[in-house]
Amino acid sequence: MAAEMRQPIESGCPDGFQYMHPVMLRNYGQWKYHEHPRPGVLLHVAHSGDKIWTVKAGTTRILDVFALRKLTEIGDKLGDGFVRFTIRSNIEYMVADEAKVEPMIAALEEAGFIVGGTANSVSTLSHTQGWLHCDIPGTDASGVVKAMMDELIDDFRNCDMPNRVHITTSCCQINCGGQGDIAINVQHTKPPKINHDLVGNACERPSVVARCPVAAIRPAMVNGKPSLEVDERKCICCGACYPPCPPMQINDHEFTQLAVWVGGNHSNARGKPTFQKLVAAGVPNNPPRWPEATAIVKRILQCYKESAKDWERINDWIERIGWPRFFEMTNLPFTKYHVDNWRGSRSSLNASTHIRF
Amino acid sequence: MASKHYPTPMLDVLEEGPWPSFISGFKRLRDEHPDERIRSTVNGLLGQLEHSYETRMGYWKGGTVSVFGYGGGIIPRFSEVGDAFPESKEFHTIRVQPPAGNFYTTDMLNQLADSWEKWGSGLVTFHGQTGNIMFIGTTTEGTQHFFDDINEYGWDLGGAGPCVRTGMCCVGAARCEQSCTSEQVVMRHLMNNFTDDVHRPALPYKFKFKVSGCPNDCVNAIERADFAVIGTWRDDMKVDQAEVKNFVEAKGRQYVIDNVISRCPTNAIALNDDDTITVDNHNCVRCMHCLNVMNKALHVGDDKGVTILIGGKRTLKIGDLMGTVVVPFMKLEDDDDYEKIVEMAEEIIDFWAENGLEHERCGEMIERIGLVNFLEGIGIDVDPHMLNNPRQSSYVRTDGWDEEAENWFARKREEKASA
Repeated sequence: MAAEMRQPIESGCPDGFQYMHPVMLRNYGQWKYHEHPRPGVLLHVAHSGDKIWTVKAGTTRILDVFALRKLTEIGDKLGDGFVRFTIRSNIEYMVADEAKVEPMIAALEEAGFIVGGTANSVSTLSHTQGWLHCDIPGTDASGVVKAMMDELIDDFRNCDMPNRVHITTSCCQINCGGQGDIAINVQHTKPPKINHDLVGNACERPSVVARCPVAAIRPAMVNGKPSLEVDERKCICCGACYPPCPPMQINDHEFTQLAVWVGGNHSNARGKPTFQKLVAAGVPNNPPRWPEATAIVKRILQCYKESAKDWERINDWIERIGWPRFFEMTNLPFTKYHVDNWRGSRSSLNASTHIRF
Repeated sequence: MASKHYPTPMLDVLEEGPWPSFISGFKRLRDEHPDERIRSTVNGLLGQLEHSYETRMGYWKGGTVSVFGYGGGIIPRFSEVGDAFPESKEFHTIRVQPPAGNFYTTDMLNQLADSWEKWGSGLVTFHGQTGNIMFIGTTTEGTQHFFDDINEYGWDLGGAGPCVRTGMCCVGAARCEQSCTSEQVVMRHLMNNFTDDVHRPALPYKFKFKVSGCPNDCVNAIERADFAVIGTWRDDMKVDQAEVKNFVEAKGRQYVIDNVISRCPTNAIALNDDDTITVDNHNCVRCMHCLNVMNKALHVGDDKGVTILIGGKRTLKIGDLMGTVVVPFMKLEDDDDYEKIVEMAEEIIDFWAENGLEHERCGEMIERIGLVNFLEGIGIDVDPHMLNNPRQSSYVRTDGWDEEAENWFARKREEKASA
């Protein structure tokens, strides 16, 4: 540390305009309409008459530099050298010449990337870090996505669902994956296992107590050492205590399971935005391919595709057909665990005689 | 010194199937990268990941790593099974703020790849769930070198920990006909006012800004941002009746009735006998559905601005919260407008920093203290647009009613006078 350390340049969020395609720069804020010429391709037309084509492709999300260089090489050789990434980690190439579209699609497919993900597709699953990099994961993320996208690839390519489908995964109950039309999230089923020898030194005990959503944790002396204990009758097994206190291990090779949620929709289109609802739990956390979770997701998607009307997102569809019919169609069991008992839960009860027969 | 490859029988299964495989990518780095450091690091990583797959447990723990001058921006990872897989025992992620709108040139991506190969594992994600470029996997020393390198050509760290986090905005005005604001400009005004709060975590918990150009909310601001800025408009939507007729002709009247007219949440759109449409703009709630279906015929209005919703967040601790309306409409066009929104953000963050409990998101604080106390704290008047409906419970003291009623009428008079 003898050498003088370099002071950071606190430049913050870089200006996007410097990396923007000149046609987009020229027509900034002046777009008139768009078309969807084929799956994976968008055409935007400006008031000026200028046009820009976008070719969209799914990737591994975690890119090795070889894959990244392959993507940039395709953009250099066959495109205009301008790209962006969507929030679901799909890459988009913008080109001003329609003649560049087909060769670019061919090159992307040739290199193993999947062109699609536009309009009414099942887009790439958004996911978190999982076993690859997270410090509190109950499962993997990239592996779940790879295994599921292998099965959902036609819906990514063909874009022929009733409306778009966003699927997310989360590898703990903090749920970094966010809300989705379908979400596959970790669901712990047992309280944390506490290593009382380590708690006193590793954890700031009052913060851990404060972190518990149901006040189930209290300070205690265990074997003569300051530690924490959990009231297991109150514990909801959320794992919130584990990040601030790693000796309160929540993950378990058997009791950490998966749950499937549906109907999260952030768009304001038609109804107001909605949160996702629990439909299935007790799904085994079964690497490397998680076949049980994938089977449930595919079944829900199939029912949605067959029964939903055009433009209905999954939440719109279920609102129309009702939850009893949803459970019947998908052949998922309805249990007492589906009945909410968290704060505000009364608003989820049917306080009417509106019953479908 | 060719190291032995750890066996990866479970991960190998993820090389099968049509979707591109991240495991194949890892193996390319392990087997083909010219730099022995990268080959060996990724070998260790594959070994540890296989171990996780076999035992169904994670083996990373956090720690404290940052770069000189900053307190955050790095996700430190030390392996708990570093003795078994020493090659990747330090494997930190560097969070880097992307350009607003996530635009890149291929040249810039190549330059970032060059820097990352010099100091890191060669694994990168565009982007993480918060919105950062995630450069995944380097040592404590590599962290500083890589940052020094890319910081010189325009890149800065994102947020990690209890701080203002990296922001997100949609593609917006750059390529979308439904854009109602200059998303990238809004986002940079907000983010770059809080650079200090991004780099030096000292808030109760995380705070996220997200900007969507219209109510379709493509960056999921309403559910994921403490401060959601969503574009909208307040004059009439634009109707190109010739295009309406083309649409009706192409799709049929029944389709238009089923997919446009009857889907309007406030029955504000009608199909006329001559295949034109009439819009009841006062009762249109700008949901975007009809514009999405008929995007050649229907367009957002000219008097554009934004709605600001505060308090969206995910599960922990009290359950998921949507952002709720705090500013129904404001113009965002000139420097004064931008100054106003930045000041409002400062006011909100200051109030929350003062009143939020440790690890309490802004929305959770509002839930705890009530919207009215929050609004009074940040100096914003109550407004019926903030509610689904007025109070249902009669358990309330109303002894300040006359004064509050007078405030309302005074505000209305003022609005009328300044209109």
